[in-house]
Amino acid sequence: MEPALAVTVGCFFALSIYLMLSDSTIRIVLGIAILGNAVNLLIFTAGRLTREVPPIVPSGYSAPFEATANPLPQALILTAIVISFSLFAFILVLVYRAYQELGTDSSQEMRLAEPVDEPGAPRGY
Amino acid sequence: MAYAVLAPFFLAIFAPALTQALGHRAGWALAALPAGLFIYFTGFIEPVSSGERFVFTAEWVPSYGVNLSFFVDGLSLVFALLITGIGAFILIYAGGYLKGHEHHGRFFSFLLMFMGSMLGLVLADNVITLFIFWELTSITSFLLIGFDHRREASRRAAIQALVVTGGGGLALLAGLILMAGATGTMEMSEMLSLGNLGDNPLYVPILLLVLGGAFTKSAQVPFHFWLPNAMEAPTPVSAYLHSATMVKAGVYLVMRVQPALGDTILWSIILPAFGGATLLTGVFLGLRQTDLKLMLAYTTVASLGLLIMLTGTSDLVIIEGAVLYLIAHSLFKGGLFMVAGTIDHEAGTRDITRLGGLRAAMPLTFAAAALCALSMAGLPPFFGFIAKEIMYKGLSHVALIPTGLPAADIAAWVLVAVAVIGNAMMLVIGFAVAFKPFLGTRADTPKSAHEGPVMLWIGPVVLSVLGLIAALTAHETGDLFIEPMTAAVSGVPIELDLHLWPSKFDAAVMLSILTIGLGLLIFSVYETARSGMGRIADWVGWGPDKGFDQAVRGIIAFAEEVTGIFQHGELRGYMIVTFGVTFLVLIVPLAMIDGLPAIPAIPDLFVYEWGVLALALAGLVAVFYAKTRLTAIISLGIQGFAVALIFLIFGAPDLSFTQFMVETLSVVILTLVLTRLSLAETDTRGMPRALGDGTIAIGVGAAFTLVLLSVTQQPLDLRLSAFFTEFSQPVAHGRNIVNVILVDFRALDTFGEITVVLVAGLACLAAIRLRKRRPPAAQSHGAELRNDADDAISQTRPLPSAKETVS
Repeated sequence: MEPALAVTVGCFFALSIYLMLSDSTIRIVLGIAILGNAVNLLIFTAGRLTREVPPIVPSGYSAPFEATANPLPQALILTAIVISFSLFAFILVLVYRAYQELGTDSSQEMRLAEPVDEPGAPRGY
Repeated sequence: MAYAVLAPFFLAIFAPALTQALGHRAGWALAALPAGLFIYFTGFIEPVSSGERFVFTAEWVPSYGVNLSFFVDGLSLVFALLITGIGAFILIYAGGYLKGHEHHGRFFSFLLMFMGSMLGLVLADNVITLFIFWELTSITSFLLIGFDHRREASRRAAIQALVVTGGGGLALLAGLILMAGATGTMEMSEMLSLGNLGDNPLYVPILLLVLGGAFTKSAQVPFHFWLPNAMEAPTPVSAYLHSATMVKAGVYLVMRVQPALGDTILWSIILPAFGGATLLTGVFLGLRQTDLKLMLAYTTVASLGLLIMLTGTSDLVIIEGAVLYLIAHSLFKGGLFMVAGTIDHEAGTRDITRLGGLRAAMPLTFAAAALCALSMAGLPPFFGFIAKEIMYKGLSHVALIPTGLPAADIAAWVLVAVAVIGNAMMLVIGFAVAFKPFLGTRADTPKSAHEGPVMLWIGPVVLSVLGLIAALTAHETGDLFIEPMTAAVSGVPIELDLHLWPSKFDAAVMLSILTIGLGLLIFSVYETARSGMGRIADWVGWGPDKGFDQAVRGIIAFAEEVTGIFQHGELRGYMIVTFGVTFLVLIVPLAMIDGLPAIPAIPDLFVYEWGVLALALAGLVAVFYAKTRLTAIISLGIQGFAVALIFLIFGAPDLSFTQFMVETLSVVILTLVLTRLSLAETDTRGMPRALGDGTIAIGVGAAFTLVLLSVTQQPLDLRLSAFFTEFSQPVAHGRNIVNVILVDFRALDTFGEITVVLVAGLACLAAIRLRKRRPPAAQSHGAELRNDADDAISQTRPLPSAKETVS
């Protein structure tokens, strides 16, 4: 099972990176959204896959009596999903505001912080 | 003892407030501290002169052997007395000199901090303590030299001094640590008692590094340039830093380590060579100057060279001469600098060509200047004369005894010649500084000159008279100061009998007469010699000073080039670097350490599992080919929900649920935002760029696949998972193990996660609200006032779409 997921994860990474290399800021946002999923799947697969048995202790027992899915990566991913959503929302707002303020959605034209014709450093003391 | 060293720092805190209260008279009050310390140190004179040494230790970082330890012997005691004694007069002088300056209190504060650093430096026993105080003198002198920070020349001089002396300090640190390693102790007093390190395998690096520190601090060629530039500082600073303190720190260090590192071939080649070169450079460059302070600055360079040269011989009598000269120099140079400052203060200029005939207007200053200059010239009955006499006695003694090595004999005579020329030239410059402004016809000066206030003349008068008294009581001076200090520098106890007048007519007396004759000869043709020297210096043109500017400009230009390459401002370039490095980080360790993973068999999946994976890939392909924004959003949703399904079928219902929620929210928000924007949906990348980007993307994707394959082919450490599974119910009383981990075992992590969400939400809100509060052009005046803060923010940016956003 893991190899199939490994290839899938590779595809997620490849597409997200391709989108992030674009000049269009909205494509970069899409790429970041996919990157979150790629990383989550990566952690999930690295913790090994178990079909259908969730890590839950049955009623009346102090521990599961059969092999369950690995709970540790699940806990990590649950946190990661929420945080990557926060990041996604924040970047989306940034892109939206940048478009409103600068009138462009191309990262090539956003040179406010690093202007093309920036004067050189002073040579005196 | 630690309190004595730290006291100036404490007083520095209160100096500004005191100056607010007392005005320039605070100089008198503040001078009470160094005067008190001076008296405290005089208590050590008696026991130290009878051969005692004192060690004071307070633990600081004992696990590293770093202690706040101090020790007092003949060498450190004389320095401590000079620092506190001259320091007291400098504080008084500074009170009068900077009277009415808006930052007078700050100046006192810097001066006191410098004094404390200098005291700590000469008294330190632990080498780390020594280094810290060494660097503190660099930092405080930076503040003092750059005190007049509105002038570029001051800033340049301050930076130059900091770079040169601070850089040398780093070399010193390395040298001291090596020395501690070689001797097994961090305490200087113990190192010195272990004998000479000349045979140690680390001797050469230790010597070079320690001398690197000493030569930069004491302005030896080729690092001499910072000292004359430091004349940009107010005169009290020059008088203090360049007579008894800052620049003498290097001489102190060389004298301090002389018993451990001295008396080797390398030592007796390097020190006399650099010292002699510095002496000649100093006097010849000084000859061409017309600014009183610069003339004195170059003779200071020369004197430092002379001291290093003499110490380098490791000969007992010559070292005695060096010790005598060091004390004499501190007294007459401190006095002369203050005299130069007083002339500048009262006459409005310190250009020697514009001064003359001030003797009647400023009699006390003239008297002090004359006494100092006579000592500097080495004429009897002044202290400088004894110093020169002993120095000549030692040098001629060494030169007259053949060693059998022709090179060594010649070198000894060269040293004699260099000393004679240097001393003769110092007589010339000393006389020029002290007599030209006062004698001759009265010249027109910018200010009508008259005697300065008591605060300005008391320092020079006392110091110049001391130069006379010390010589007249030569025997006592020798017993109390010269003998213990010479013993400390040479490392062996000695007995001295010092007299003002030489007992017989020997080579030393002849050399003295020769020096004075040569000096007076040059002085008689002073104007010609000065302009001649000026022409030679102009002809040479380039010097380390210009080299410093070139180096600084070069560094800035280089930094700009490098920044231009790495911070070009193109987002895609940054991304390419990031992903390129990611690729290497993944693939290189994999290929070099673990080896590539084995090719897996076709996985054995159920049909529905294949179906879910196919759905995810279909979603990705759809995002890739999406031509309209709505297609893109829906396709993004498809891959997100497919991921949720993957979680579901592999035993993670919690993840699946969360993922469904988040993906739904994402799609809704994206739709909301994208429908309000008119973004170009088509990818504008041309074919070549798309190929390049595609290669990077596929490369990194493949790297992740390989790493993941490799990881899943290796055994998994399940200890942590087993722990959580075992204790979830018994300890935390929860059946859902994932939830127990989140809210119980790792609750703090979850708290952090919530914080992230909260901050992100606030940031989003702030970004959106910032726009909404922008006042439209037609808004009423009152509303504009309310929105002043936002207005200021938006006005600082040139926004092309500002009008469009407002509507």
